[in-house]
Amino acid sequence: MKTLAELAAIRDKMKAQVALREGNGNTRIVVGMATCGIAAGARPVLNAFVDEVAKNGLSETVTVTQTGCIGICQYEPVVEVYTGSDEKVTYVKMTAEKVEKVIKEHIMGGKVVSEYTIGASV
Amino acid sequence: MKELSLNILDIVQNSVKAGATRIEICLEETDERFSFWVRDNGCGMSEELLSRVKDPFATTRTTRNVGLGIPLLTLAAEQTGGGVSIESSTGEDHGTLIRADFNKRHIDFTPLGDIVSTVTTVIQGNPDTDVIFSHSAGEGRVELSTPELREVLDGVSLSEPEVLAWIEENLRGQYDQMRMF
Repeated sequence: MKTLAELAAIRDKMKAQVALREGNGNTRIVVGMATCGIAAGARPVLNAFVDEVAKNGLSETVTVTQTGCIGICQYEPVVEVYTGSDEKVTYVKMTAEKVEKVIKEHIMGGKVVSEYTIGASV
Repeated sequence: MKELSLNILDIVQNSVKAGATRIEICLEETDERFSFWVRDNGCGMSEELLSRVKDPFATTRTTRNVGLGIPLLTLAAEQTGGGVSIESSTGEDHGTLIRADFNKRHIDFTPLGDIVSTVTTVIQGNPDTDVIFSHSAGEGRVELSTPELREVLDGVSLSEPEVLAWIEENLRGQYDQMRMF
């Protein structure tokens, strides 16, 4: 089982990195986590984003946050991506399986995954 | 909701929205009963809101006029012969306590599901909130308190992916031990 000593080791590692991150964090991934999102499967989607961000070493520039109901419940789970000065991109009917592609192509590659966006669904 | 742990996540979001700085999530079960309560120190509800909060047409959301969180939990509890009770205060000791009781043996009992994922999701979204989680079943007990972890972390955020991974593995380890009882 994970011990407090291991947690302290993570702390020390993080503290060594903190200085590098000031002023970064310019990409935001926002997952809708109201009743509609949760019922539609937002929890595994959120966790997949957290895992993928960590796995690809993106946590210094990408933050994953939660929000309430975005107002388009029929398209939940809904994920909004804000990158630098670009416009907001809204991904709809997300699943944990779709997350890797969004991370690889959009967040890392700069190319929006159009087939998952709201524009492709209406 | 497919799992009770999703209802619990949804109910906790109400505490977050109420501005709670401390949220306790407590699960207790025996062979026959499953109960949980969530207590927060958020803004609380007026008597008027409290009186109609189980009605799906009561909500604080602004995108539309229905809120389904508490009605869905009430349905999940009542369909097993259990129920939901809510106490709330907007006074000096403001906060809300919601409790749900289930008959585990009933055919319509919704399984708890991935409660570890619910706890990590709550902490990920609210790293500065005190989250006190416990789950007792017979002799077994699982517990996690973010104020205690924060003492170890000394300023490092609970929402760091590596910290969240530690929390998840710690809880899964505690559950593995609990199942041995």
